[in-house]
Amino acid sequence: MDGAAALFRMEGISKRYGGVRALEKAELSVEAGSIHAILGENGAGKSTLIKVMSGVVAPDEGRMMLDGREVTFASPGAANKAGIVCIFQELSLIPELSVADNIVISDPPKRFGMIDRKAQRRIAEDALARAGAADIHPLALVKDLPLSRRQMVEIAKALARKPRILILDEATSALTAADVSKIFGVLKRLRSEGLALLYISHRMNEIAELADQCTVFRNGRNVASYKAGSKSDNEVVELMIGREYSHIFPPKTAAAPANAPPRLEARKLSWADRLHDISLTVRAGEVVGLGGLDGQGQRELLLAFFGVLRGLSGEVLIDGKPAAISSPAAAREDGIGMALIPEDRKTEGLMLPMTVRENLSFAALDRLSKGGIIDRVAEQRLIDDMVGLLAIKTAGLDIPVGALSGGNQQKVVIAKWLMRQPRIILLNDPTRGIDVGTKQEIYQLMRKLADAGAAILFYSTDYDELIGCCDRVLVLYDGAVKRELVGAEITERALISSALNIHGEESPVGLGASV
Amino acid sequence: MRDSRYWLAEQRGTLLALGIFIVMFVIYTSNHPAGFTANVVQTAANKGVLLAFVAMAQTLVVITAGIDLSVGMIFLLTNCLASWLVVGMPTQTALGVVAVLAVGLVCGAINGAIVIYGRLQPIVATIATGAVYYGIGLLLRPFPGGSVNEDLADALTGRVFGVVPASLVVLLAIVLVIWVPFSRSVLGRAAYAAGSSETAAYMSGVPIRRGKFAAYTLAGLLASIGGLFLTFFTYTGEAAYASGNSYTLFSIAAVVLGGVSLFGGKGSAIGAIFGALAFRTIGDLLFVFDFDPLWQPLFQGVILLVAVSLGAFALFRVRNRLEWFL
Repeated sequence: MDGAAALFRMEGISKRYGGVRALEKAELSVEAGSIHAILGENGAGKSTLIKVMSGVVAPDEGRMMLDGREVTFASPGAANKAGIVCIFQELSLIPELSVADNIVISDPPKRFGMIDRKAQRRIAEDALARAGAADIHPLALVKDLPLSRRQMVEIAKALARKPRILILDEATSALTAADVSKIFGVLKRLRSEGLALLYISHRMNEIAELADQCTVFRNGRNVASYKAGSKSDNEVVELMIGREYSHIFPPKTAAAPANAPPRLEARKLSWADRLHDISLTVRAGEVVGLGGLDGQGQRELLLAFFGVLRGLSGEVLIDGKPAAISSPAAAREDGIGMALIPEDRKTEGLMLPMTVRENLSFAALDRLSKGGIIDRVAEQRLIDDMVGLLAIKTAGLDIPVGALSGGNQQKVVIAKWLMRQPRIILLNDPTRGIDVGTKQEIYQLMRKLADAGAAILFYSTDYDELIGCCDRVLVLYDGAVKRELVGAEITERALISSALNIHGEESPVGLGASV
Repeated sequence: MRDSRYWLAEQRGTLLALGIFIVMFVIYTSNHPAGFTANVVQTAANKGVLLAFVAMAQTLVVITAGIDLSVGMIFLLTNCLASWLVVGMPTQTALGVVAVLAVGLVCGAINGAIVIYGRLQPIVATIATGAVYYGIGLLLRPFPGGSVNEDLADALTGRVFGVVPASLVVLLAIVLVIWVPFSRSVLGRAAYAAGSSETAAYMSGVPIRRGKFAAYTLAGLLASIGGLFLTFFTYTGEAAYASGNSYTLFSIAAVVLGGVSLFGGKGSAIGAIFGALAFRTIGDLLFVFDFDPLWQPLFQGVILLVAVSLGAFALFRVRNRLEWFL
């Protein structure tokens, strides 16, 4: 590839978040009139790369060249002005404003100092037509539109900014098949108009249809660039594998006998357009993993079990008996005994300004009190047990939990639920952003709890954890279970290829009381 | 055709407030001993316009998903100031009016600066600044008193062509001069965008800070126009703490009645004006039905409770319970 002809180049871009390196001397070269696909597994650095490109975060080092001149972007607005427009995965539309308002939001047409509504309407209609979404009324409020229509508005909004480089980050994930084919038509036309398109997707078939050029990222670096179609799916997966791992996992114990009814079972669980017919079982003593790329419905599935979602269809069974769990309070009741270790400990797990002691006893207060009065002696005994069991490092029980390190905060969240001796433990990416030492303690604890008879459902974005900790892994794709991996089948290759839905034909989905 | 449907949906809150107001006002005048006369309308307009200005002020801030608990105190402070300054010869009076409005503008700008650049929560910041504004008002007028240019006062609280209340004409003019340009400007849209989804607005390169600052500043200005009218109406200045507080609270009630969402991003000052007029009329209904005035606070409280409950209906549709807490 001739780098001199590149419209946009990134050279030696690095970015760290705390101790975590998201990008490490990454290079990328984008040409006008082509569609460039970016591939990589969770945490490979794709998101950070486009955040740097579009001015959301500043790189720690490295430089970016547009038209051969060095550029820096202080804000998303500055990148837009230079012609780099990104359609983000999390939508950037303003719900209470109309479609037309949103499309022109960055630079509304003005007349006598006020927004020219007629011109705005014209621009919006034009942009919607260009995006192949002329069916959307420009005066409709964004919040009244279904997700797939919003995504089309997002694309129209990007086009209205007259981009030279358009970045699509999983832009088709919420779209219907009809919309996807329309968008493909639009993207191909834009390519012929001389735009550079950067396409991030985990759908291999889309990449095969659209892309001219592909770049694979791994561990924050670009590891390979190749012409689209010149490598097989297997070769691509090969390139994506090879993250550096350094964790030590406790030995897995022999699988529990399958004669008892599963502790937790879901039958054809569906919710809104995020979960589709999910069936799964978790037995006592088992650690079952949820895999797949981030945002495929794993979080919603855990919330569904925990009684947070309304309007679920399908059935949840506890010990073989149907259970209607209508709130987290109901989920933790004795007959069910469920606990959820949330993903965001700062908002969903802890009350940061309150003390370690108070945080630890929240979930178990009903057990520790009689007639509304807390039995302080029993509370102290239980807290001492937990602090010992999890080796929580704290200067005292009466300091604010916010003063603890991230790893110790996470231990407090876990300990809080262990105080109720839960029978079913749901974990939502519990090791994100904590140190290696604490991670290993958590792995050991998980296995210990399973051996003591708990049923564990464990979602992780880190494939290594799934391989090291789980007896079985269910890989989710688009809100449905795409593949079940058991025992030795749980390999990085299998996890990645099923997360990308490449070997969809190979393995039937495990249903009901599967082993 | 379809356009009108979207227009209707957008104006639903405003139209609902207008409807409530018309119904209430018909009940009010048809039971009033004097009936539907120019006099009755003028008095109702003068009382209603005071709250309407304060409610407009509140609307601007509420649109940004903030709240301004100092509007009632800016209203009082500018009333006290006007009772000193808006006197004498026409030139002096005019300068006085400008000075009073400028003070209102500065009060609003201080609120905005503290909330936006100081990153304090609006509720805390405006309680504090409200106390300061009240304190200054009290120093200006330790006892009720002062005076105002009565020619101007009578002209603006009287009637135009013998029928139309002059205060309503001024209100309309203010809507055209302040609200319409604001709501159609980039800054106004930024205020809405910030109130609806600040992250999305930021990601879209919207001038959030300037939009919010403009909203707070104009809110101060509108509250001071209310303060001027209070002076025209009473001919005096008075730092009445309870009155300032009730104007603040009633402005929130009027805003909610007027279809402005307390979560931000939605509603219009025109809706809030009708909300204010409706709220005032409802309060006065008790008088035409010969109830003891002692019942008025209780009655208004119930109205307020019903009005704020309306805003909670959307929560019944939430499918992910975590969204209750966002």
